[in-house]
Amino acid sequence: MPRINSPAELEAFRNNLVSQRDPNKTCITLCSGSACHASGSREVAARFQEEIQQQGLAGQVEFRRTGCHGFCERGPIVVIHPDEICYFQIKPEDVPEILSETIKEKKIIDRLLYEDPATNEKIIRESEIPFYKHQGRIVFGSNGSIDPKNIDDYIAIGGYSALARALLGMSPEQVLGEVKKANLRGRGGGGFPAGVKWEGSRNAPGDIKYVIVNADEGDPGAYMDRSLLEGNPHSVLEGLTIGAYAVGAHEGYIYVRQEYPLAVENVNVAIRQAEEYGFLGHNILGSGFDFVVKVHRGAGAFVCGESTALMTALEGRAGEPRPKYIRSNVVGLWGRPSVLNNVETWANVPLIINNGADWFTQFGTDGSKGTKIFSLVGKITNTGLVEVPMGTPLKDIIFKIGGGIPNGKKFKAVQTGGPSGGCLPDELLDLPVGFDELTQAGSMMGSGGMIIMDEDTCMVDVARYFLEFLTDESCGKCVPCREGMRQMLKLLTNITKGKGKDGDIELLEQLAETLVEASLCALGRSAPNPFLSTLKYFRDEYEAHIKEKRCPALSCKELIAFYIDPEKCKACTVCARKCPSEAIIGGKNLIHIIDQEKCTKCGTCFEVCPPRYRAVRKISGEPVPPPIPEEARTIVKERKQK
Amino acid sequence: MSEISLTIDGRGVKATKEMTLLEAARSAGINIPTLCYHEKLEPFGGCRLCVVEVESRGRSKIVVSCVYPVEPGISVRTRSEKIDRIRKMILELLLAHAPDSFVLQDLAREYKADRNRFEKEPSFCIHCGLCVRYCAEVKKKNAVGFIDRGIRKEISFIPKIAAAECWNCKECFPLCPTEALQAAYVLVQGLTTEPAALLRAVE
Repeated sequence: MPRINSPAELEAFRNNLVSQRDPNKTCITLCSGSACHASGSREVAARFQEEIQQQGLAGQVEFRRTGCHGFCERGPIVVIHPDEICYFQIKPEDVPEILSETIKEKKIIDRLLYEDPATNEKIIRESEIPFYKHQGRIVFGSNGSIDPKNIDDYIAIGGYSALARALLGMSPEQVLGEVKKANLRGRGGGGFPAGVKWEGSRNAPGDIKYVIVNADEGDPGAYMDRSLLEGNPHSVLEGLTIGAYAVGAHEGYIYVRQEYPLAVENVNVAIRQAEEYGFLGHNILGSGFDFVVKVHRGAGAFVCGESTALMTALEGRAGEPRPKYIRSNVVGLWGRPSVLNNVETWANVPLIINNGADWFTQFGTDGSKGTKIFSLVGKITNTGLVEVPMGTPLKDIIFKIGGGIPNGKKFKAVQTGGPSGGCLPDELLDLPVGFDELTQAGSMMGSGGMIIMDEDTCMVDVARYFLEFLTDESCGKCVPCREGMRQMLKLLTNITKGKGKDGDIELLEQLAETLVEASLCALGRSAPNPFLSTLKYFRDEYEAHIKEKRCPALSCKELIAFYIDPEKCKACTVCARKCPSEAIIGGKNLIHIIDQEKCTKCGTCFEVCPPRYRAVRKISGEPVPPPIPEEARTIVKERKQK
Repeated sequence: MSEISLTIDGRGVKATKEMTLLEAARSAGINIPTLCYHEKLEPFGGCRLCVVEVESRGRSKIVVSCVYPVEPGISVRTRSEKIDRIRKMILELLLAHAPDSFVLQDLAREYKADRNRFEKEPSFCIHCGLCVRYCAEVKKKNAVGFIDRGIRKEISFIPKIAAAECWNCKECFPLCPTEALQAAYVLVQGLTTEPAALLRAVE
């Protein structure tokens, strides 16, 4: 492989690559991120490779396995370029037809197209699908077109040109100045301005400095960093190297979760290729700048996403945060100045250097510039990764891009910011997403998790769930976090079980104050957010649980009962047959009743009762009506009476 | 040596650059309660009992005095309604584990902490880490350590090291504010000693 020794050589290499690639040649891309692997992308890929040979198309079409396209709900996704024909949920058996019909005959296969649920219209092109149309994918967009294991793909779309520009056309101070001017804020959660952090490290005393990628993404339901690292690892490496140059670091680390095997694999391949090409290592691009990167696999502790705990873990010790009031960009890894930014933050850097801070700041709000990738999950029609300009209202993300709530249910809340974020109700759907906007509303940006909840979700139980997660993930070093959460979790669990007492809310608030004010690190300080935000916006639900022993969302098992309405039951016996605990007494022409003693509240009867009867009801906060007497249970068919 | 002037509880206090707020306060005879602090050990910042309010440039914030470095001109309050409230809560959380600890009881009186506010937990250890850190930093033996994390975290002697080192040392015993340490030690001793030898020791 050629070592590239100067920006001119890089440019020549790129031109040569591009000239060899016919833009009109048919190229089939297949989404091969972890999510699509789980839905069978590997099998589809194998079938494509085999079938291309068999149908004699080798040489005529190119087949490329790319990173995540984002629309994970409908994966695996196939996009056929240059026409941009987009097929969803592809199975291996669809492959021969795609090749014989679409590639050879230029015919569209209707059943594989996206159908807009709103208009029932079939959509052919990726960019016209509402999920994509309303996004602004400046960071994530290349994921769908490049093979992450092939550095040439990245170079062909302009990759490493920002590195060349920075190393040979700009001084470290100029790079720093551009990133500061762009007001790039940390995408990992804190939202701290990256340029200011870099400058602090640059000015800190010492010859040895470090730059680190935080890829210890641990929020439940969030996977944007994984998808970036899997799908476009070179963009992260390029950003990191530019940052190292600005800071004056010659060593970098990528701290990535052990649970992300594909990300680890792809980033290691990328490092090897970048070293071969001379984008990493000694005398990069002939600039005289040296930089090496090592990958460190995290052992699966959520708290290691916290910057000082991450550095402690990198040093080989138990991942616990440091108590010091000294910023890690001054005294960090092994006591040296260390800049830690998350995957998405680093991936933004090449864009800023190539296009300039003025271009970058055209996206976003006053305080939050650029775009943000969110993972849209929960009770939402279009699950997936979405990238939108900062300032996009929540409702555009949830309804225009996300397609709203499935099954005709009502929207109830959106949880942003990961487990220690907050839940925002429908009154705040117009809120533009941005670091300060979300914090002011009692939630936070976090790393970009967005969990949608519908009317069936109990907000007390949601707070309990996240507290449980955080209690499990607390390192246990400081008392407020370890002991405070232990008690908060107990109280919340009791409330959801109908054992809540007067004064519990106040005690929870006092515990929350201790956590917020006195915890050692951000995990403890932000842990009460799920409780505080649900209390702020859904206080009535807490009170209903405590005072009336009622769960308004009819979700907390201990507070609900199932009841068959004798007026509606038609004795169809479906529920009695499906009940796993044999709690339903009934028979042919006999109105069914539920034995409350035996009932485990699994909800099966509620789900299987035919919609035309809807005889099973959920009850909460009121006594279950007594079963009708045995002699009154026989159903006398009305027609016969007549 | 450059001297730094700051105010603690309304009094002018002189400190040296490398001091923490806790050290500066104690050098001036102002008491701040601590559980995990020990002058021979690196600051741990775990118990959070030593929280104080710092006012600088017109903004007030709660910091932990055992690790917060002195800054010129700042004003520190070691007691306030809010600080007392936080200390009371921390003590009550710990009293759920060690209701009979004399150290905790004394502090509970001072801060009006209710030892029965929370349901009792079946562990006497309050995770101050004094034993673990003393053994590692002063004795350099690492015979006792933390295992697991979060609410499952416990102190544990490493039997192999403890069997060789602890019998003639036991310097960590008086450090323990709850005496949970002795219990852990006796347990390990029981597990690592031959029954016959144990019997002889009892006799």
